[in-house]
Amino acid sequence: MANLLIFIADFVTAMLIRATGQKLLLSRRQSLEYLNLPKLVKNSANINAGDLASLIYLWNPLTIVTCLGLCSSPIDNLMVVLTIYAACSRLAPLAAFGYVLATHLSLYPAILILPVILLLGYGPDAPPAKLFLHKSSNSDGKDPSNNDESRSAVTTHKPVRCFSRRPVVHFMIWVSIWSCYVLFLCSIYLKGLGGLQEMFKKTYGFILTVGDLSPNIGVLWYFFAEVFEFFRNFFLIVFHVNILFMILPLAIRLKHRPCFLAFVYTAISAMLKSYPSVGDSALYLGLLGLFANELADMQFSFFLFFGYIGVSLLSPVMHNLWIWRGTGNANFYFATGLVYSCLQTVLIVESVSTMLKHDRMLRKHVIA
Amino acid sequence: MASLRPLSRGPFLLLLIFFVFSLSLLRPIQGNGGSDGGGGGEEFSEELLLKPLPDRKVLAHFHFRSAAPPSAANGRHHHLFPKAIAQLVQKFQIRELELSFTQGRWNYERWGGSDPISTRNAKPPGVELWALFDLPTEEIDPTWKNLTHALSGLFCASINFLESPTAYSSPYWGFLSNNGNLRYGALPREAVCTENLTPWLKILPCRDKAGIASLLYRPSIYKGYYHSQRLRLLSSESKGIILEQTLTVVLQPNSYTSSLLSSSDAQLQPSWSLSQLFKKEMTGKCVLAKSSKIFLELERGLLEKIVEIRDDSWIGKFDGQVGSSLYEYKVDNSNENKPLDVGITWKLPLVWSSVHAPFQASRFLMGSGNERGSIAISLQSTQTHDQYFGDLNDCTVPVIVLQVVPWYVKVYYHTLQISIDGKPQTLSDVIEKIQVTPSEDKLLPGTLEIMLRFPCSMLSATLSLDFDKDSYTLTNILQMSYPDYDVSDDSSLLHNLQEKYLVRSYTEVLLVPLTTPDFSMPYNVITFTCTVLALYFGSLLNVLRGGLVRREIISQKDSARPGLVPLYFLGYLPAKE
Repeated sequence: MANLLIFIADFVTAMLIRATGQKLLLSRRQSLEYLNLPKLVKNSANINAGDLASLIYLWNPLTIVTCLGLCSSPIDNLMVVLTIYAACSRLAPLAAFGYVLATHLSLYPAILILPVILLLGYGPDAPPAKLFLHKSSNSDGKDPSNNDESRSAVTTHKPVRCFSRRPVVHFMIWVSIWSCYVLFLCSIYLKGLGGLQEMFKKTYGFILTVGDLSPNIGVLWYFFAEVFEFFRNFFLIVFHVNILFMILPLAIRLKHRPCFLAFVYTAISAMLKSYPSVGDSALYLGLLGLFANELADMQFSFFLFFGYIGVSLLSPVMHNLWIWRGTGNANFYFATGLVYSCLQTVLIVESVSTMLKHDRMLRKHVIA
Repeated sequence: MASLRPLSRGPFLLLLIFFVFSLSLLRPIQGNGGSDGGGGGEEFSEELLLKPLPDRKVLAHFHFRSAAPPSAANGRHHHLFPKAIAQLVQKFQIRELELSFTQGRWNYERWGGSDPISTRNAKPPGVELWALFDLPTEEIDPTWKNLTHALSGLFCASINFLESPTAYSSPYWGFLSNNGNLRYGALPREAVCTENLTPWLKILPCRDKAGIASLLYRPSIYKGYYHSQRLRLLSSESKGIILEQTLTVVLQPNSYTSSLLSSSDAQLQPSWSLSQLFKKEMTGKCVLAKSSKIFLELERGLLEKIVEIRDDSWIGKFDGQVGSSLYEYKVDNSNENKPLDVGITWKLPLVWSSVHAPFQASRFLMGSGNERGSIAISLQSTQTHDQYFGDLNDCTVPVIVLQVVPWYVKVYYHTLQISIDGKPQTLSDVIEKIQVTPSEDKLLPGTLEIMLRFPCSMLSATLSLDFDKDSYTLTNILQMSYPDYDVSDDSSLLHNLQEKYLVRSYTEVLLVPLTTPDFSMPYNVITFTCTVLALYFGSLLNVLRGGLVRREIISQKDSARPGLVPLYFLGYLPAKE
């Protein structure tokens, strides 16, 4: 029974990723056409990002391993992808549902509120707004004969992105409705067991205070096993603020691409969360496929690909050596964890860098 | 001289007054007990039991009993009863307390498991302390903490490690029936030495200078196979305080024949006597003792044929438990010139076995690796099984199992499996009552109390529980000096329905190896992790900022364009491209 639920969740996630990819592709085509860059559309590797991303998600060995291990990660991932898809399609109630459940199941998808609001307000990913302004001002200036045409183009094809507040307000209302409902159900269920306070202490409190230090593929467990009691709270705050700190700078730079922003947030929280697992990395690797067109010339892709394979193979071996055979050391296993977080860092940094380069390239084409 | 006359009367009067005053002061000191009611009614008695064991060893069981009558007044005087103990009882409102220091494991197969001596004196290795308090529930935990500190000071032992809630538990009915005022704690790693024996002996009225306690030759005791000193307090309003101190030692008598251990079947058992065991003979009783006796216990039937008792001055012969005879010697008659040296000489070699409990309990770990495992408790029926259960068909044996596990070992109580004679059983058939107090990380140990009902005809039963192991952190390992952690043993109580006989046995201490991160490199680990974090933080911010530098260059060309971020900000960031 649990098997079936998890497999279905996995499959639905893949389908939602595909649907999101199709929406993104549509939006990309529209914006490129509006910016009069059809040759770019033909020249660049015009992959169907939705299909690719869903295939990557389904066939990723990490996702398969997560499903076989009967983790609850596929359900967390389903909720996150549901949020992103619904926000792309401007379905505020569904997005609110996905968001509330994703936050309820694990604390970290709470940071997705920013990309979701941007998605609902602005719509799916598009080149920077300045390009559209530039384009419209250029077209106004250059071709006065086509004034009516261009103005109609402005109004019909791709209007200048303005922040529409209505979906966002709807979203907020639905978030409050869904969260009240979920908390109400939880309080009924936990009536004899300590109520909501106990639930928050044991779920969110546990995530934030890092009580259990069993080895996992992250770096926090060894760190907190070694650090002295005096500094423990300080380092807890440092690690959690590291996730929060990056929200604003990324949002400022990537506000025209909220889906990509969501991907970057997912990747950051998968790296820096207190109890990471391969299920989290399965999610962001799947979402990575959605941006295959823009990230086609990412540096270090070879290194990253084989790095992931290497770490996936070495990490269980080192774990076995340490815990089951007693011949290895904790350091072997921790080394693979360090390499894994380095790989994730490189992936995040390079993907952001490539996306920004892509935007610069678009700007070069538009202005030139 | 006329001036001297009044002076000569003055000193005489002064001397008279002084003499009368001193007489009144001296009287209570000279008086015996019973003069002012405070020291009245206290009595002290001492006993020693000697018994040969089947595997060529000797059991010596010292028993000292002090009783103090009830008294309502605080700070009363004590004549025989130790004041420290009375103050302890008064201050902490103790109803019952037992503290035992044990070194060695009681060998149930060879030394017996069902007689009162082994039931009450076979204790788990290390320190075991339990106490029943006469206080409301919320005051018991702080009182327990103060009690552990007081006992720690009194007996020069680290009983104060039992103060934290992770070290003790409060079983509801598994150990003794109580209303929530019982606290039980054990320290399996505590080593017992003369430092613990000396304060224990100091509580006795004669200490170890006279009476039976003078036999306690330390090298003999600490070379023994098992020694356990136990202190038990019972206090009530009507009966006062009763203090029982027992010391149970299992010794190997040194004799020339005993050194040949090749085949013990045909060898003559070693003959022993008090002077051989303790290098001393009884030369008189403790004058403060009401009675002072030595008992020699032999299996009935041994005396006539096999064994010759060395000292013939026994004054009485009784029937002991389960087919043994007790010979009583009175120590009163002995003195320096006529010492009392109790002992036996073997005439013929003999192999016999002592009376076992109906079931033999043992505990072991299953599984490998440092991640998870199982605890299994097994009960095997012994040879004397048939003696206990007459009608094998429709009788059942109730067994109570108490298991206290520290929070490091996370037991999954839902994985409890019981199998009788190798066949797994459904739990509802076998379990009559179960009480689980699950462990909380760093706060509470986990307690499992089960009452099971087994058919009398069963040969073996096994209970098993799965657990996950936790790993160490730097702060935890500094508190414990060994990398493995002891799961202190549990006790099973076997009730026999027909004879209302409570048999208690303790199982072995389990050693659970836990994973240990490498504690030699905290600095390296912290540095590595922070380096990775800094790499992520720095590169990401750099990349985000990188475009802004270009934008600054571009926008400086056409200055009308407003920047996303005020450009003067960029001057403060290091430029790297």
